[in-house]
Amino acid sequence: MSYHVQLEVNGRRHEREVEPRMLLVHFLREELGLTGTNVGCETSLCGACTVLVDGAAVKSCTQLAVQADGASITTIEGLATNGELHALQQAFWDLHGLQCGYCTPGMILAAADLLERNPDPDDGEIREALKGNVCRCTGYHNIVRAVRRAAEGGAA
Amino acid sequence: MVPSAFDFHRAGSVDEAIELLGRLPDAKLLAGGHSLIPMMKLRLAQPGAVIDIGRIQELSGVCRDGDVVSVGALTRHGEIAASEELRASCPLLAEAAGKIGDPAVRNRGTLGGNIAHADPASDLPAVLIAVGAVVHLAGPEGRRQVAARDFFVDLLTTALDPAEVITRVDFPVAAPGTGQAYLKHEHPASGYAVVGAAASVTLSGGRCTAASLAFNGISAVPHAADEVVSGLVGGTLDDASLASVSSLLSVRDPLGDVHASGEYRVELARVYGRRALASARDRASG
Ligand SMILES: Cc1cc2nc3c(=O)[nH]c(=O)nc-3n(C[C@H](O)[C@H](O)[C@H](O)COP(=O)(O)OP(=O)(O)OC[C@H]3O[C@@H](n4cnc5c(N)ncnc54)[C@H](O)[C@@H]3O)c2cc1C
Ligand code: FES
Ligand code: FES
Repeated sequence: MSYHVQLEVNGRRHEREVEPRMLLVHFLREELGLTGTNVGCETSLCGACTVLVDGAAVKSCTQLAVQADGASITTIEGLATNGELHALQQAFWDLHGLQCGYCTPGMILAAADLLERNPDPDDGEIREALKGNVCRCTGYHNIVRAVRRAAEGGAA
Repeated sequence: MVPSAFDFHRAGSVDEAIELLGRLPDAKLLAGGHSLIPMMKLRLAQPGAVIDIGRIQELSGVCRDGDVVSVGALTRHGEIAASEELRASCPLLAEAAGKIGDPAVRNRGTLGGNIAHADPASDLPAVLIAVGAVVHLAGPEGRRQVAARDFFVDLLTTALDPAEVITRVDFPVAAPGTGQAYLKHEHPASGYAVVGAAASVTLSGGRCTAASLAFNGISAVPHAADEVVSGLVGGTLDDASLASVSSLLSVRDPLGDVHASGEYRVELARVYGRRALASARDRASG
């Protein structure tokens, strides 16, 4: 059985016939070639696959592409505008909020969801918001600093 | 990791969902997908058909009518946690929903899916029991209501018939003078409850007029700790009395696993139960 889906990703419309069991993360990576969204644990725990679905952070390994039919999705590829990095991307760069970078797309989109709801979070709120995102490299401190810097610069 | 193949259907209404459940053998409802999809990826569930109820408008939202606040089965954990109405009328539910998983999980997971899945480590089941909520079901034979205490039957098993849909849960609005608290000892990796204590107390003139306490995580179905709270009515809920009643907690078949033995969970529950009652008391008088 295949199912017709139509969705908007980073402002562009896409239509595909997909198997219902296809996960959103595989749709993004394999159907659309948007490999910025990473697959880490595959078990909903690491957050590497986090994207925004209709503005809300979602683990795309835990949503079927067919569930996202009609939705508007933002991946890490969609954050920069006209070649200029998003405030969160710039702050992660400036403050070394990443080492290997594997967790970074998910971290940044989870942080974008936070700043949308709470433009001026304190460190505790930032840590709480990133609870579902695991980083094996940085020890988190620079990630928290980067999110705060982006908030101060008005990322939301 | 991908689920095994299935047919996909989208229900536009509760009636359509019931009709599809009746017609398709081996079908599963899909709400937020945050229990079902992980199970399907691990092939612990392999339904032949999936019925997506995620867009049924009538199943979503919070609505107060007098002494009852109704929460639609599809209402997401994050919406529950942020709802001003629920923070005022059933703060225990809002607090527990806000402690589920992480923000992305709360953006997807729903009340109906949480209680239908009936994982003993979930946060919402004990809340329903502590406040005396009523679960509303719709099926081919019509509609019915089940009290929370009768809804949870066994590990991952509820009174829900496979042909039925949970439509909403009705929560009594907290009476004046009521304080509530949900305290959770969470598993450091998964975030699920090793022990979750849900307490509600009502004070009038400094005396307790009602008290309830229920636990997640320590038994196959949430444990209604009547043995702990039954002696509290009429008293002042001072720390000494809470300490003495919390030791009365008695669980017939405590649940143990590789993370925490049954005895350890019950010991933790005594502490978390006492603290949850004390916090509920402080909120009631404060
Ligand atoms: C990483 C992670 C961490 C989590 N941490 C926690 C936690 O700390 N605490 C906690 O409580 N939960 C936790 N959860 C579980 C989460 O709350 C789930 O969202 C919830 O248990 C299931 O809700 P759902 O809407 O996603 O249901 P689904 O996964 O869509 O469905 C679950 C089951 O319920 C049935 N169902 C769904 N809706 C209905 C309905 N209306 N009527 C009848 N049957 C229905 C489905 O058929 C299925 O059998 C976690 C999940 C993940 C992935
Ligand atoms: S790959 Fe999705 S949460 Fe880890
Ligand atoms: S930078 Fe390597 S996992 Fe976070």
